[in-house]
Amino acid sequence: MASTRPNQLFRNKSAKIAAIPMIVTALFVFVGGTAWTIVYSFTGSGLLPRLKWVGLDQYERLWDTRKWMISIENLAIYGFSMLILVFVIGFILAALLDQKIRFENTIRTVILYPYALSFVVTGLVWQWILNPEFGVQNIVRGWGWETFTFDPLYNAEIAIFGILIAGLWQGSGLVMVLMLAGLRGIDQDVWKAARVDGIPSWKTYLFIVIPMMRPVFITTLVLVVTGIVKIYDLIVAQTGGGPGIATEVPAKYVYDMMFQANNLGQAFAASTMMLVTVALVVIPWAFLEFGGSKNRG
Amino acid sequence: MVDTTSHTFTGPHGPKPRKAFSRRNIFLYGTLLVVTLYYALPLYIMIVTSLKGMPEIRMGNIFAPPLEVTFEPWVKAWSQACTGLTCDGLSTGFWNSVRITIPSVILSIIIASVNGYALANWKFKGANVFFTILIFGAFIPYQVMLYPIVIMLREIGLYGSLTGLVIVHTVFGMPILTLLFRNYFSSLPEELFKAARVDGAGFWGIYFRIMVPMSLPIFTVAMILQVTGIWNDFLFGVVYTGPESYPMTVSLNNIVNSSQGVKEYNVNMAATILTGLVPLTIYFVSGKLFVRGIAAGAVKG
Amino acid sequence: MTNSVEIKNLDLQFGAIKVLQDLNLEIGKGEFLVLLGSSGCGKSTLLNCIAGLLDVSGGQIHINGTNVTWAEPSERGIGMVFQSYALYPQMTVEGNLSFGLKNAKLPKSQIESRIKRAAEVLQIEPLLKRKPAALSGGQRQRVAIGRALVRDVDVFLFDEPLSNLDAKLRADLRVEIKRLHHSLQNTMIYVTHDQIEAMTLADRIAIMRGGQIMQLGSPDEIYGRPVNKYVADFIGSPSMNFLEGKINEGAFHVGDLVIPLERYAFAGGGPVNGDTTIGIRPEHVVTGELVGNAPFQVDVEISLIEPTGSDTLVDCKVAGKHFRVRMDGQSRVSVGEKLRIGINPAMASLFDLKSELRL
Repeated sequence: MASTRPNQLFRNKSAKIAAIPMIVTALFVFVGGTAWTIVYSFTGSGLLPRLKWVGLDQYERLWDTRKWMISIENLAIYGFSMLILVFVIGFILAALLDQKIRFENTIRTVILYPYALSFVVTGLVWQWILNPEFGVQNIVRGWGWETFTFDPLYNAEIAIFGILIAGLWQGSGLVMVLMLAGLRGIDQDVWKAARVDGIPSWKTYLFIVIPMMRPVFITTLVLVVTGIVKIYDLIVAQTGGGPGIATEVPAKYVYDMMFQANNLGQAFAASTMMLVTVALVVIPWAFLEFGGSKNRG
Repeated sequence: MVDTTSHTFTGPHGPKPRKAFSRRNIFLYGTLLVVTLYYALPLYIMIVTSLKGMPEIRMGNIFAPPLEVTFEPWVKAWSQACTGLTCDGLSTGFWNSVRITIPSVILSIIIASVNGYALANWKFKGANVFFTILIFGAFIPYQVMLYPIVIMLREIGLYGSLTGLVIVHTVFGMPILTLLFRNYFSSLPEELFKAARVDGAGFWGIYFRIMVPMSLPIFTVAMILQVTGIWNDFLFGVVYTGPESYPMTVSLNNIVNSSQGVKEYNVNMAATILTGLVPLTIYFVSGKLFVRGIAAGAVKG
Repeated sequence: MTNSVEIKNLDLQFGAIKVLQDLNLEIGKGEFLVLLGSSGCGKSTLLNCIAGLLDVSGGQIHINGTNVTWAEPSERGIGMVFQSYALYPQMTVEGNLSFGLKNAKLPKSQIESRIKRAAEVLQIEPLLKRKPAALSGGQRQRVAIGRALVRDVDVFLFDEPLSNLDAKLRADLRVEIKRLHHSLQNTMIYVTHDQIEAMTLADRIAIMRGGQIMQLGSPDEIYGRPVNKYVADFIGSPSMNFLEGKINEGAFHVGDLVIPLERYAFAGGGPVNGDTTIGIRPEHVVTGELVGNAPFQVDVEISLIEPTGSDTLVDCKVAGKHFRVRMDGQSRVSVGEKLRIGINPAMASLFDLKSELRL
């Protein structure tokens, strides 16, 4: 029987062994991989990674490339529209579902099913629905409105909104479910108190319920934003970046540079920029969430 | 919001009579009906398109139900559709996806559940540092780590193989699953764990005899999360496997978006449904557990 | 007689927070020791250290003469009963009882005979094939005690075992634990925040606060001669009345009142002068015919009455301070009435105003 303090390294040995995959993943893949990419984004790597330093050249070239600028612009348009619409739609749907309605489960199931589908499937379905020859445009014209045009996937000006329609269809169910969970998490006495005080429902939502749901909103925001930055499969399936380069996005830029243009340096610089974008959202959130919780005790 | 139960107590003459067709209800259910139809429509269009012949598609509109139902597009999508190189349909991709998904799901759940258990019950110094890195890692865009992983897999000779992809899925599934399991195991009464230790059970004894039997729901949730996630993956499939081992999503994209030949929309839609079938089945069968999975992954994180 | 459990200079820190500080405790064979204190005082932590469920930062723990400071919980010769019962939900009662024995690789026949004996002692034989979910709270706690019993160990650890039960069951099981202790004669270490449990069960009580033992003694000593104001205030319900004043020439002065202290047994032998707090338990205040014998008497006006059935608690003011008096439940008194009360200083406690230690 152990009477002296055992070696701390071997104490709790099984737990440490069980944590090896986590440690390896955290250190080698997440920290190591990220550091590696950042370091190599300052090199002139082409087909293969080489440590030939070029300073900020890759970044300068990146911001001089039209395709990248369009990618960023698309991401910004898609991102802001998606963010606002997905929250508005998701919250309104959740509020409607929270009215003690009948068929709640059925309706929720229908609204959420797109989220179970892959982006590839989503992209292809909407490619078909938005096909001007057969899809929505064709049908409206068939009703007698001969000049009606709705061909977002073939019009470079609005192509990104064609993607947005598909993205909203796929993702709003998730936001709805999270918001619904948030609404259900609110003490029902709050509603009773508001009713006793004679406050109209919309005011209760706006000034009492939504502020109380702050944590749910923040987590959802982080999820949605990281999802937006990663957007790739949907574009590949729905438009392939087209027409022309009208629907290019950063993630696709990285892939194209990495595996098709054999320009690794550009790919690394572009992916580092993506990392920075995510960090701008995640780091303040982490401070709010975890820095704040320490103060609260 | 309306709390029907409270009505009974406020009024002296029992529940307040409510008209089924009040203005509020017509608006509420009307809106929900329109919304539900909107979300359901694409699935409907996929199905009807896949059951039509090409001539009918060219003539009619995409909402119309098929005049003549044909299953030929499905057969073609499964076994004959061309991906640009070969013409053996989605079947190869389907079996590749099965061969990728099953081991990835099993491996990732085993590793993450044991790890989550270690983090919840056997905290050791430094464990939380790695866990924090792991959780933050979940937010790093995959593009940042794509190439380093290519190099790592190449070094161990697994680049382009299914095994390599299984490892990649296990690695990227780890943050969310570990969080899921850690939170679940932490929510179990700690005294149970203490009692088992007094009873002489060790790390593995407690895991297998006490924890796992109590955690079947969370294992199901994790399975749903992983099967749909891995089945739906496109990026890792395209990057880490070769044409012979492409998963179904990649084959699907290659079939539909291959530029050669005449577009066969009915075959495309059949292929699309076929690819979505596995996650959709899981979704409709699992119902609440699926919701619980995404809510657990998101809200608790 | 050797000690069953010895704790030497035990320290425990979580980061910068000292949870247990230089704690020493010796528990005799067959003794029933209760660790009593409010939540956060370290009593459960100490029990977990004894069980080996927490790694200590310093010091030693000996059980039956063996140093077990770093031994696994199952190797220490202890059985433990938890507040939430902690029964394994997926196993039957029998499975719960046998789990530890199977882990210890005991032969099947021995496992069976031990379970049989424990089930007899605790009268849970009809429940053996049931799952915990099908048991009532009281039955679950019996099974939990049974799980400690089958281990056939010398030291039983109880971590607030009755806190999750309702009042009536709690009283029943309390009696049963006491009976069990009488028949088994094991060492029992029992953590609770309930002073009734502590007083009724304990051979000795250790009152804990801030990771230290404030007072260790028999229930009588703890109740009658609390070592400081904290212990005096903690033990007893309703709690002790405190009046702040001065000791001068062998008497306690508060306001206009002078309480003679001839009969008070000072800890240091003789009377001390200076700022002092006097503590008088509500049940030690006499009323009615008994007042005549009391060395100190005063007239008060009743400001509030709380009848509890068996007793009646009377609120009044002594020297301008709130003062509670416990009277018989049959007493007929009413608010505003004058009442003459008597105090016997021999039953009171005196504490230094600053250090709060007993004088």
